[in-house]
Amino acid sequence: MWSLYTRRRLVNGVNLAVSMLAMGFGLFWLGWILWTLVLKGAVAMTPSLFTLVTPPPGVPGGLSNAIVGSLYLTVFATALGTPVGILAGVYLAEFGQRGWLAPATRFINDVLLSAPSIILGLFVYEIYVVHTRHFSGWAGVFALALLVIPVVVRTTENMLRLVPHTLREAAAALGAPHWKIITLVTLRSARAGILTGMLLAVARITGETAPLLFTALNNQFWSLDMNKPMANLPMVIFNFALSPYDDWHVLAWGGALLTTIGVLGLNILARILFRQKSHPL
Amino acid sequence: MSIQTSKEQLSPIPQPSAAKITVRNLNFYYGSFHALKNINLDIPEQRVTAFIGPSGCGKSTLLRIFNRMYELYPKHRAEGEVILDHENILDPGQDLYKLRARVGMVFQKPTPFPMSIYDNIAFGVKLYESLSRRDMADRVEWALRKAALWGEVKDKLKQSGTSLSGGQQQRLCIARAIAVRPEVVLLDEPASALDPISTAHIEELIHELKTDYTIVIVTHNMQQAARVSDYTAYMYLGELIEFGDTDVVFTTPKKKATEDYITGKFG
Repeated sequence: MWSLYTRRRLVNGVNLAVSMLAMGFGLFWLGWILWTLVLKGAVAMTPSLFTLVTPPPGVPGGLSNAIVGSLYLTVFATALGTPVGILAGVYLAEFGQRGWLAPATRFINDVLLSAPSIILGLFVYEIYVVHTRHFSGWAGVFALALLVIPVVVRTTENMLRLVPHTLREAAAALGAPHWKIITLVTLRSARAGILTGMLLAVARITGETAPLLFTALNNQFWSLDMNKPMANLPMVIFNFALSPYDDWHVLAWGGALLTTIGVLGLNILARILFRQKSHPL
Repeated sequence: MSIQTSKEQLSPIPQPSAAKITVRNLNFYYGSFHALKNINLDIPEQRVTAFIGPSGCGKSTLLRIFNRMYELYPKHRAEGEVILDHENILDPGQDLYKLRARVGMVFQKPTPFPMSIYDNIAFGVKLYESLSRRDMADRVEWALRKAALWGEVKDKLKQSGTSLSGGQQQRLCIARAIAVRPEVVLLDEPASALDPISTAHIEELIHELKTDYTIVIVTHNMQQAARVSDYTAYMYLGELIEFGDTDVVFTTPKKKATEDYITGKFG
């Protein structure tokens, strides 16, 4: 009997140790990446990073055009993709019980969710850039919005499904029509989760380079014209990091650090929101 | 109408009040499953009628026909007649929303909406009436007083309905149902998720509400049925076994099956 107990303790100890090692292994690389990023990126963190535009080699400069460009692209893509995603998610969760359309939509959405982002960039290139004959901010927005939509659809549907059915019944029992039940009761109950999904979608598109390669491209100069090529952090990092110039390398590290801080911040915000708002329900 | 004559045939016990809901030859199906078999029943006005029976006997199913709750789900189907004040509510021409304004419902688990206590009550009222701010405030207070909750929440009407305790949440749901001023209130095991003190609160409330409303309650708790109801229906496997005065059903049931269930030999 005691030998069985000892054996169990031993197995437990070994497994725990292996798990801790695996965790340490993962964290080690993550820590290394972050450490390098902070070390190299911190050098670039000067006021001029935020005030000057991307320079030619050998000239002092910053990333102001890329930072603002990235903000523009992200904000517009989110504004475009989120409503579509939420509406589609509502359809799937609230009306998608019967028929073939909902399962088909769900399947296509799952495909879109795992589609390589470069494909979406090529798609927008083919249907938009080719016809307008130039790269533009809007093309970038469309490509990024296509990345936002499936994430928001999925989280909206999942969060709405988590709303207890009794809540819908209670609203229906008062004689509320379906659209009022959805807008006033179920969406409201799920709002923290849906907001979280939105933030995660934003975090996802913040670092995307591939879909912008064929759409927004890049711009060395200060431009807020959405019909022209637009500067953005991922493309600048890509170009500058591959260049042979040391001052461009520094700027690339700075851009990488900014992007990481942004994504990390959004993820933390999403977690805090989800934990706070979803708890009492 | 023929309701009067058939009522006399079915219920030999003299009933002091008229039938509010008359159920005639009611059958209900979940897809191909025959859940209610030929139910005939008169629910008297301004009385408390309890449905008892073992799990799966169809008592909740029957209750949910009275406000056509089953229509939320595909493949749920009712046949027969349920007459509420001379109108067959199963008639497809019947306005569903008006019906639900007349027949309120409270569920087993408290279901406060994710909004303030005040808005929880106002939610249903706003669907049917456009009241001035002052009238709405009066209505909310009236409903909360009726549900014996006013004293506990009057200083925190702006707080979320979900912040209340379970028993308070359930009284909030009762207040919300009453605020619409229905004629019938359906209670689907309203106290089964509550502690004994909250349960006592709810039962007291049922006693007070029956002066104004026709109340139908489904309960697993036989003592509760005996305490709160005037009439009791015992159901088993989708059939109505016995229906009558609660005192009679609990002391001298006519059917052996009812007696076995009530005395705890079965169920």
